[in-house]
Amino acid sequence: MPGLEDLYREIILDHYRTPRNRGELPVPPARHAEGHNPLCGDEITVYLDVDGDGDDAIVSDVKVSGQGCSISQSSASMMSAAVKGKSVGEVRGLVRRFKSMMSIDTDGAEQADADISLGDLEALQGVVKFPVRIKCATLAWNTLTEALASSDPD
Amino acid sequence: MSGTNTTTSSTDWAAIRADFPILRREIDGAPIVYLDSGNTSQKPRQVIEAMDDFLRTGYAPINRSAYRLAGWATDRYEGARAAVARLINAPSADEIVFTKNATESMNLIASSWGGANLREGDAVVLTHMEHHANIVPWQMLAERQGIELRWVPLTEDGQLDLADLDQLLDGAKAFSFTAMSNVLGTITPVAELCRRAHDAGALAIVDACQYVPHNVTDVQVWDADLVAFSSHKMVGPSGIGCLWGRMELLDAMPPFIGGGNMIADVRLDGFTTAPVPAKFEAGTPPIVEAIGLGAAVEYLEGIGMAEIRRHEMDLTRYALDTLTERYGDDIRIHGPDNVEVRGGVLSFEFRDIHPHDVSQVLDERNVCVRAGHHCAKPLMRLLGVNATARASLYLYNDRSDVDALADALDGATDIFGL
Repeated sequence: MPGLEDLYREIILDHYRTPRNRGELPVPPARHAEGHNPLCGDEITVYLDVDGDGDDAIVSDVKVSGQGCSISQSSASMMSAAVKGKSVGEVRGLVRRFKSMMSIDTDGAEQADADISLGDLEALQGVVKFPVRIKCATLAWNTLTEALASSDPD
Repeated sequence: MSGTNTTTSSTDWAAIRADFPILRREIDGAPIVYLDSGNTSQKPRQVIEAMDDFLRTGYAPINRSAYRLAGWATDRYEGARAAVARLINAPSADEIVFTKNATESMNLIASSWGGANLREGDAVVLTHMEHHANIVPWQMLAERQGIELRWVPLTEDGQLDLADLDQLLDGAKAFSFTAMSNVLGTITPVAELCRRAHDAGALAIVDACQYVPHNVTDVQVWDADLVAFSSHKMVGPSGIGCLWGRMELLDAMPPFIGGGNMIADVRLDGFTTAPVPAKFEAGTPPIVEAIGLGAAVEYLEGIGMAEIRRHEMDLTRYALDTLTERYGDDIRIHGPDNVEVRGGVLSFEFRDIHPHDVSQVLDERNVCVRAGHHCAKPLMRLLGVNATARASLYLYNDRSDVDALADALDGATDIFGL
């Protein structure tokens, strides 16, 4: 079995102990979605302020609330830091890139996204060696995708 | 090792442990410390060999072919039914219905008995410590038929708070409750609860899934009406569960799933059902699994359920003491401290470390515990947690397993340093 140090990197524990962008945004104008991991009971809500339309719209603010294990919480924290200020198109690319790192098939989009930098998120690469935990790492990202897809609030 | 620790026991627990081949397996050079029997139990060689032997020499259809091999297979299948009846002191083997698992047994009860007997506004009483299997089938029925669900609250130490039970039962048609909580380990006063249900004119339905594998069960002493449990938690195979019910009740209930084996006659304009238990066993049943279940019952009987209960009480006491002495306020174990009213199920929180992470760290030492909501989300909300880690004990566990758990928890502190 791979060592726990592959999983619990210092940067992951830092995001777990000091999560970034914790909280809520008023809905509307924010979009939001709730995610659940039915296996372990983890719950997460992602709030997005999106300015503009289509892929060029900018994710101007993001907040995350909920409870979960170190992997799900640190992944959510790093995700929030990574998507803030990016365009919706860039965020979608980042989601594909992250899922690809988690060995999740992303419809052959890997080539186009290969240049996208994951920054701190690279630290979560070790999760792949612990397949049971991949769902923890991807919970926030699936919830982000749902929040993006939720209809624009009026 | 524990075999030397139990002064009143004549059982060779080390020999019992040796009956379970998987406990000899090593992962990364060290043995498995299996503490997840509340989830599903491991199997002794006697069960594995009975199924293997039946597949090699005895397998045939049951209840439908005239050749000798089929007759012998049917006898074996019915022999398993008789063994289960003996284990729970059912008045008749025909009152044992084989299902897929305890969850299906509960669905059968809610759908068949509830569907036929409950009308809009009728009340069913449940408790705050139920498994989803004794909640969701009733909620599904509530959506279909508008029944009301009432909930028995819990005391601070995780027992049923019976102070207002008579009011809750007033006018209720059924009281469906667990005999032993899969989260808290709490053993409920089943006979008293059945009596109180009957006093109120309600049916007494018992989810005994966690109870039967670990205790002497006597459905006649309980005076219960319907009882659900499974094979895979009592050293038998997965894929088969049980429902026991009083014959006049089962006889009056409509069938649950339709098809072959459950009919006496089928015409173009309708069907008539076969007698109980066949009425509730549509289609080819889990034949090999029934043979395995029969062997599991014989295995448990060979040791004695009272002896198993004594062993687990000793071990549970040892686990409660070891963990609290070593970790003090850093560990919070849910449920009653008195092992007279708790089984070997220990749900705990450890130093604010998420249960999933606790489980991950324990897994590095091959210590297998469950982390999660244990299919009891209403109870989790009541406890104010999203999840717990749960170590659950069985007859093959000994003090070395508890010690391994206690040692491995130190690793969580090393990593999370909280």
